Parts: sequence; structure tokens; C-alpha cells
Amino acid sequence: MTVAAARRLQSQAAPPPPKQPDSAPAVLARNAAITIGGRQLWSDVDLDVAAGEFVAVLGPNGVGKSTLVKAVLGLLPLSRGHLTVLGVPPGKAATRIGYLPQRRSFDAGLRVRGVDVVRCGLDGDRWGLPLPGMSRFSGRARAAAARVEEVLDLVDASEYAARPVGQVSGGEQQRLLIAQALVRRPELLVLDEPLDSLDLPSQASVAGLIARISQAEQVTVLLVAHDVNPILPYLNRVVYLATGGAVSGTPAEVITSETLSRLYQTPIEVVHTSEGRLVVVGQPEAPSLHSDHHAGRMYR
Amino acid sequence: MVAASGPGGAALSWNVASDLRQVLAFHFMVNALRAGTIVAVAAAVIGWFMVLRRQSFAGHTLAVVAFPGAAGAIWLGVPAAFGYFGFSIAAALTIAAAGGISRGGEGFTEESAVTGTVQAFALACGFLFVTLYGGFLGGLTDLLFGTFLGITDTQVLSLLVLTIVALALLAITGRSLFFATIDPAVAAARGVPVAVLSVLFLVVLAVAAAEVSQITGALLVFALLVMPAAAAQQLTARPSLSLAITVVIALAVTWLGLGVAYFSVYPVGFFVTTFGFTAYVAAVIVRRGVDRLGGHTKSPSLVVAQ
Repeated sequence: MTVAAARRLQSQAAPPPPKQPDSAPAVLARNAAITIGGRQLWSDVDLDVAAGEFVAVLGPNGVGKSTLVKAVLGLLPLSRGHLTVLGVPPGKAATRIGYLPQRRSFDAGLRVRGVDVVRCGLDGDRWGLPLPGMSRFSGRARAAAARVEEVLDLVDASEYAARPVGQVSGGEQQRLLIAQALVRRPELLVLDEPLDSLDLPSQASVAGLIARISQAEQVTVLLVAHDVNPILPYLNRVVYLATGGAVSGTPAEVITSETLSRLYQTPIEVVHTSEGRLVVVGQPEAPSLHSDHHAGRMYR
Repeated sequence: MVAASGPGGAALSWNVASDLRQVLAFHFMVNALRAGTIVAVAAAVIGWFMVLRRQSFAGHTLAVVAFPGAAGAIWLGVPAAFGYFGFSIAAALTIAAAGGISRGGEGFTEESAVTGTVQAFALACGFLFVTLYGGFLGGLTDLLFGTFLGITDTQVLSLLVLTIVALALLAITGRSLFFATIDPAVAAARGVPVAVLSVLFLVVLAVAAAEVSQITGALLVFALLVMPAAAAQQLTARPSLSLAITVVIALAVTWLGLGVAYFSVYPVGFFVTTFGFTAYVAAVIVRRGVDRLGGHTKSPSLVVAQ
């Protein structure tokens, strides 16, 4: 029986549940600002992420992208402005969010399988001890194992999920971690630099995977990146954070030479390739207000 | 050739059944086996988490700290067990507190520096206590390299109670501790009390280290805390299976070590450690063989280089 058929059956048996307003934005920020240690990281940030959208938060390293993520997760309070996540104040929706923190890779000597890492995402925060062989007796244990398998399939990780996680490649580890973030069927997926430290082919395939999941699972994706090029083809909306302020809109609106140059206060060129793709050239690696050490790398 | 005779004046024969009868005829030997079994199970389970958490150095320090603890207790005339557990738990809290203060993000290097400091200071204290007491050199060897003589019924009972409490704590927190170990950032975002678990585990580790050092001595604690877990984690990456293998190896190593030590003049710590080392080497060889035969396309060193 399909899910839709099951829903129909259910609706015949009982009155339909009150319809959730689908239009409730996944993330909504108005005039948001954050101050850490007396320093204002960013201010006047407006953010509109509609349900089901794939949105990127872009900007140079050190501008406060991860801080924005922490605010969305409810781990850091705003110093000014207004923010709701999935229709409620940030922090109230923690269980409905899948989170992939910025990280290095797993230690090569870690002797734990990929499937165990994914399983942690499902019930790792519970007390108690998982007993092996419980799936033979308990329906819940069986359902949990089935869900892990399903999500491993979704990210194409089944093949190497039984291998020690430290011994699979960076791209494969990232797929396992995305599976871990997805395993509880979150409504919002928050990914902090998921493409960082991956080689170019892995960047492209992981970016494609995230876009595919976003559509297949109807999950909203908020992705932090400092390089827009690998994800650009999939984005519904971008938010550019810079020390000069923040700009958000569709890629076509925001990713123009004029807007980015104004934002970064440095010349940036947006090139249209022969395939119709946008490529951002001369993107600064760090805020231009930083030290000479960073400024020297800017036009690399 | 006649085998060396042990403390019971026993001689080893080729008849295993009669050897066993001979071993079990003495109450001190029965108690040694009881205590060894309890300690092996506790050390195996706690050591398994310790190896996974990369806290072997902390475990070693907490065990070494048992030496000044016991020496201090004997100097003051209180039971040695108080010294073992008191000093180990105090050291665990010190390491946890210092680690917690200095931890910015990934504080593992900082933690090992603090751990080393605690260890050096503890050894110095131990030497001072031995000097203050004034010559109990025979006892000193036992403190450092272990003994199985004279374990009382009361000691066995207290080891059992401590082990049950420690294992119960691990059973309650096991799943979150595993999560916090392999993926602290996500675990914290999911509301797992990562910092609290870290302190709790160090205290449990201190209890285990103090227990084990009563059998193997303060310097050879790794025989039971590290070797079985390290060997099992070589053999499989499946958590429940490697935990089970750890317990089996620890029990086998302990029973064999006690049995052989009974018929020999040499300390039990040496034999337990030797068997543990053998198990680890065997596990590494088996894994190399499996990796080669299993056709893993990437060797670990290749992945590191990527």
C-alpha cells in the first residue's frame, strides 16, 4: 500500500487532522543582528526561507556564517531583531532539524562502522544500551534498523556503510553524515560547510545529492558555504553575508558583479559560462577589513 | 623437566584436571580467581570505551596514581584500597576539571599535557610516601607489578559492588556515551550532555584503573584496560561484537595469567601482560591477513594521504 493510499484510508476512518499551514516559512529573520564579545558580527539580516527551498548562506571565512547557523539552531541568542524557525522561536524546533556541523574528517584509526555513525543520529541521544539481536523481538528495533537502511540507500552509502568509517573517503564520510542528519526525517536540514575539504568531483556529487534529497524528501535545506560554484545550479535562494552587510534573493538577483563588488567592497566578476552557468571570480577568502595576511590572498 | 614451583609449593603436571584441582584447593587462589574475573570484566568494558575515546594516556595516569594512593594509605595505616580509589578518583576529577577549563574546541592535546602533569606529580608523591614509610620494598614490588596473594573475601565483595555500580552507570549512559565519543558536535546539538558524560567516564575509568592495579600492579594496568579492547577493535568494527570479544579476551588472559603464575615464582602481572600482548599481536596479524584477503581496495595509509 502506498503512503497516499494509507492516508486516504486514514482520512475515511477519522476526520482529517487540521491542515498545517504549509506556507509557514522554514526560517524567517527580520533585522537580525548578533554580537559576540562586544563585536557585532553582522546586522540587518533579513532571511526568508520557504518550506522545501534550497538556500545557501554564502560569504568569506570568518564573517559569521556558522554563527548564523547557531542562531537558527537556538544555540546563540540574537542581540537584536526577530527570528523564527519552522514557525516557532529558535531552539523550540531542535528535534525537527537535522544538523551537520562544520568538521574535519573522522580519524583513520576509528574502528566504528559507518552504519553505527548513522544509527547514532537516530537514537544516540537516548539512555540505555542497544542490545544486539533485539530486532528479532522488538518492532521498534526492527523499524529503527529499517530506517537506517533506507536512509543509507537514499544517500547511496549502503555499499560502504559496513566498513570502518575512518577508512572511507572524505566524500563517502560526508554522505554518511548527511544520512545521519536525515535519519530522523527532519523538516529542516542545516549543513555547515558540507563541501569543505572535499575534492572537486566529490563536491559536485555531494551537492547534487543534497539537491536531490531536498526534492525527494520535501526537506528544506539551509547550506553554509564559502564557495558558491558547486551548488549554484541547485539553489532557489542565496544569502550573502559580508562585513558590509547582507543581501538575499534569487541567485540571478544577488550573484551579479555589481552586488557582490558592493558587498565585499572589492572588484568581483560574475562570469556566464557557455553552458549558461554562473561562475564567481575573484571571491575574497576573508573579510577585506582583516589583516594584510588575508588581503594578500584576496586576488589569488 | 620439572616446572618451577609457585607460592603453594605446587608442581605443574600435564594433567589439566588435576592442575585445576590443585589450584582451586587453596582459598587464596579461589579468591584470586574471583577478584580476577570481576576485574577482567570491568576493565574490559570500561577499557573498550577508553580505547574508543583515545583516552589510554588518561587511563594509564589514573592507574599510576593508584601507586602513591596505596603507598600513602599504608604510610597512614589505612587500608590500601582507600588510597587506590581516593587518589585515582581525585586525579580523574583534576584531569576533567583542567581539561574542561582549557578546552576551546578540540582539546585533546591539552588534555594529554594536563594528564602528564598529574602523572609526574603523582609518581613524585608515591616516592615520597614510600620514603616516609621507611622501607617496605617487598610491598613496593607488589604495588607496581601486582600480586594475587592475600585477597580477602571482603576485598572480593567490595570489588564486586564497585564493578556493578560502574557497569550499571555505563549501561545507563552507554548509547549517549558512544555518540558523544564518535561525534561530539552532533551529539551536543542533539542535547546529549557531552561534558557531563566526559567527567563521569573519567571517574568510572579511575575506579576501573584502581581495581585493576590491585591485581596487575599500578604499572601493568594496561594489560587488562587496553590490550583486550585494542585487540578486539582490530578484529571487528562492529561495536557490540568487539565489546563481547574484549570481555572474552580479558577473561582468558586473566585466568591463564593467574593459573600460570600459581605454578611459577614470577609475579602475576608479568603473565597477564604477556598473554594480553600475545592476543593483541595475534589480532593485528589476523586483521592484516583479512584486509589483504578481503580485497579492500584502499589501505588505511592511502586514505590518510588523500
